[in-house]
Amino acid sequence: MHQEGSNLQMDGMAPGRLDNLRTLEAESIHIIREVAAEFRNPVMLYSIGKDSSVLLHLAMKAFAPSRLPFPLMHVDTTWKFREMIAFRDETARRIGADLIVHTNEEGIRQGIGPFSHGSSVHTNVMKTEALKQALDKYGFDAAFGGARRDEEKSRAKERVFSFRSKAHAWDPKNQRPELWNLYNGRIAKGESIRAFPLSNWTELDIWQYILLENIPIVPLYYAKRRPVVRRDGMLIMVDDERMPIGPGDRVEELLVRFRTLGCYPLTGAIESDADTLPAIIREMLIARTSERSGRLIDHDDSASMEKKKREGYF
Amino acid sequence: MLNPDPTTSDEAVREYILSQVNKDQLRFLTCGSVDDGKSTLIGRLLYDTKLIFEDQLAALERDSTRHGTVGDDIDLALLVDGLEAEREQGITIDVAYRFFATDRRKFIVADTPGHEQYTRNMATGASTADLAVLLVDARNGLMTQTRRHAFIASLLGIHHVVLAINKIDLVGYSQERFREIEAEFRAFAQGFDFETLVAIPLSARYGDNVTAPGDNMPWYQGPTLLEHLETVEVGRDDAARPFRFPVQWVNRPNLDFRGFSGTIAGGRVSVGDEVVVAASGRTSTVKTILSQVGEAQSAASGEAVTLVLADEIDASRGDVIASAAARPDVADQFAAHLIWMSEDALLPGRSYLLKIGTRTVTASVTEIKHKINVNTFERVAAKTLELNEIAFANLALTVPVAFDPYEASRTTGSFILIDRLTNATVGAGMVWFALRRATNIHWQALEVDQAARAQSLGQIPAALWFTGLSGSGKSTVASLLEKKLHVRGRHTYTLDGDNVRHGLNRDLGFTDADRVENIRRVGEVARLFVDAGLLTLVSFISPFRSERAMARELFPDGRFIEVFIDTPIEECRRRDPKGLYRKADAGELRNFTGVDSPYEAPENPELHIRTLGRDPEEIVDEIIAYLEANDLI
Repeated sequence: MHQEGSNLQMDGMAPGRLDNLRTLEAESIHIIREVAAEFRNPVMLYSIGKDSSVLLHLAMKAFAPSRLPFPLMHVDTTWKFREMIAFRDETARRIGADLIVHTNEEGIRQGIGPFSHGSSVHTNVMKTEALKQALDKYGFDAAFGGARRDEEKSRAKERVFSFRSKAHAWDPKNQRPELWNLYNGRIAKGESIRAFPLSNWTELDIWQYILLENIPIVPLYYAKRRPVVRRDGMLIMVDDERMPIGPGDRVEELLVRFRTLGCYPLTGAIESDADTLPAIIREMLIARTSERSGRLIDHDDSASMEKKKREGYF
Repeated sequence: MLNPDPTTSDEAVREYILSQVNKDQLRFLTCGSVDDGKSTLIGRLLYDTKLIFEDQLAALERDSTRHGTVGDDIDLALLVDGLEAEREQGITIDVAYRFFATDRRKFIVADTPGHEQYTRNMATGASTADLAVLLVDARNGLMTQTRRHAFIASLLGIHHVVLAINKIDLVGYSQERFREIEAEFRAFAQGFDFETLVAIPLSARYGDNVTAPGDNMPWYQGPTLLEHLETVEVGRDDAARPFRFPVQWVNRPNLDFRGFSGTIAGGRVSVGDEVVVAASGRTSTVKTILSQVGEAQSAASGEAVTLVLADEIDASRGDVIASAAARPDVADQFAAHLIWMSEDALLPGRSYLLKIGTRTVTASVTEIKHKINVNTFERVAAKTLELNEIAFANLALTVPVAFDPYEASRTTGSFILIDRLTNATVGAGMVWFALRRATNIHWQALEVDQAARAQSLGQIPAALWFTGLSGSGKSTVASLLEKKLHVRGRHTYTLDGDNVRHGLNRDLGFTDADRVENIRRVGEVARLFVDAGLLTLVSFISPFRSERAMARELFPDGRFIEVFIDTPIEECRRRDPKGLYRKADAGELRNFTGVDSPYEAPENPELHIRTLGRDPEEIVDEIIAYLEANDLI
């Protein structure tokens, strides 16, 4: 379980009390092991973002010196930043994990994309539907996600072991009570559990942990001069030639970085010169906009995430 | 807090982060009814600790005009009432978790609803909290619910309480009123085992004494709520207790490494310590500890570790590795407090799954000693337990498990109950003590066993369980089958309502609870008859799947044959051999299966026999063919 370059020591702490990050880390490892032990065929959804990086790091710790006892799966909409895909493949190679990449081929055939169909149709077909397809195809009975309760209001009430019906639906009014660290993983055939080991982490915890454990993250989080276009008040990066550039559009080279990662046409950059981890954390501590505001997906309605989740979105 | 000057160097930021390594975590619970301003208080804490970002605030202002209840001001409660239904109804119906931090601590807040019908939600929030903030409306003073919340917090093992006397602005910031409520609560709380109890006058809406004192209460010299939360010492001294380690997962990457992974549930372990696998009594010593930060000489409660032992001893998921010098109880019966969380009542005798630590076993409640009225704390006799009710009860498990009293350990003393058919979490329990008779009764190892008896009878014993509606033809078929088996020289016996309900079960009626007990007894009797070597025919309506499943488990695989005698209710009613349907339809007979009590048809019976248009001879031949095909006769 030894991590190279770990900056944290447990010695010298007040006896009998773990500090905040080690408490969170232990709780997450406990959850990850429970899932591995209780389910027949679990999978870790790997979205390539910083939370996924932390989740993967925790899973490696949970099972060391063994290999991960489950595969990673990435639902690829084909619209992710190119640097994300490169990072994904490099990570899987580095840790020797089994990586499943699933794309909704039917969506590809219909030519679904964020520019042509808008964010809502694109997300539904290429993410939500694609995820359900993949879970059914491989018969996974549990799927890890990196969601945190501090991200958004409906997540604040979701269980660590979140039950999904055969149709992958979440019923927020009929959740199983979850007491102590006793998670109920019993399901009938075709039903599944989404497990959220990072439920009690905050964004600041995540960044502190990345710093302390030297966890690799996608370079897009660091500021760099990148070509961007202004759309609906957001800075959208021109990541490939599929980005339509209208006559009124002006491609600018700006010093930007991303606070959250997704499909490049739906993810706004922020202007920043934070090009080191401490600089990112400093920026975070004085942040004036919260994390998900960089995502178009939540904007329509404050309850939109709850609706998406009921339908099976992570 | 870090100086947010953008010129702060990377090195300064790194040092600041490293200096925060010793920041600890406090998990607390807020309870009180919606009118006490609980959500507003949490909103205030988030707001004042600057963790509400600007755009969340913007979204909040939009929501306030739609659902808000405080006019033009921002409604802080909307920050925490997450789900749409709650926002529309203006009440908190589930547990929501919220987070904020100061330089000294990170806080995880469980916001739980206050009404009596949400006792289970409060218990859920309390199960992981170390401190409870009980809100009281200064205008109303102590209410029934305040007492209820104190009781539930105490039951769930919370030792630190803040009595937040809110809306003090509405009683003119009155010191007298504050003292009056505080004194009343202190007198009441003497019966509970709270280590700290602090009363604070505050206004969640205007912020007085939440994070800053404000100017309105110069008479109050105590800490603000946040100051108290930042400094209260809730160290449970878990590390000082005996070592407990429920095994989660056996880590075996290759033949040279065999480790046991899990989270330390209590105490401390060091390399060289003597440990024991609690259930088997096998001992060994700790050879290596892999901790969260690498190989370590010792590790303590709360840490997730992998232990390598010096000897190859047998242990697997569900076992508890413990200090050899101070072992946990190992028993198959214990007394516990139960909180019922399901719409379907708890029925004594019904079999549930019980998860304790990393172990899941089947268990049943053998006796409800008493229910506890959560408002008056009176003990009330009870035969069943309904949603949100709390009881003290005896439980029996199918195998012995290792545990500690909840008082000594929340982790090794807590369990949940799971419904075997719906898989829902239906109950939560806190072990009080082991029932000694469990540790003292040992099975007599009989020299003449089932195999010997069966051999002397020259047959393979099994139970044939006939289930179906009243009048479906169960008894007719069973009786004819028994005759045919007898002719073939088989030793048989039939258990049916007539010979069991009139004797052994004459104390039982037809309520759900009695039906469960009825089938439990018949199942046990059938097991003894099969043990005696007999082919045992059981002919009972046995309407519930759960009890038939329980009966099935009493027998080895293949020795329990469920025969579903499937006759439509219209046909049963037409036949009505005992005139019972007529009586039930006339309202003279209550709880009659198929009329005003449910029949749950088997999903996978060994034999599913549709009787319409067939005569009993033909049906019995089909059963005999099945028994022959399965080498039972």
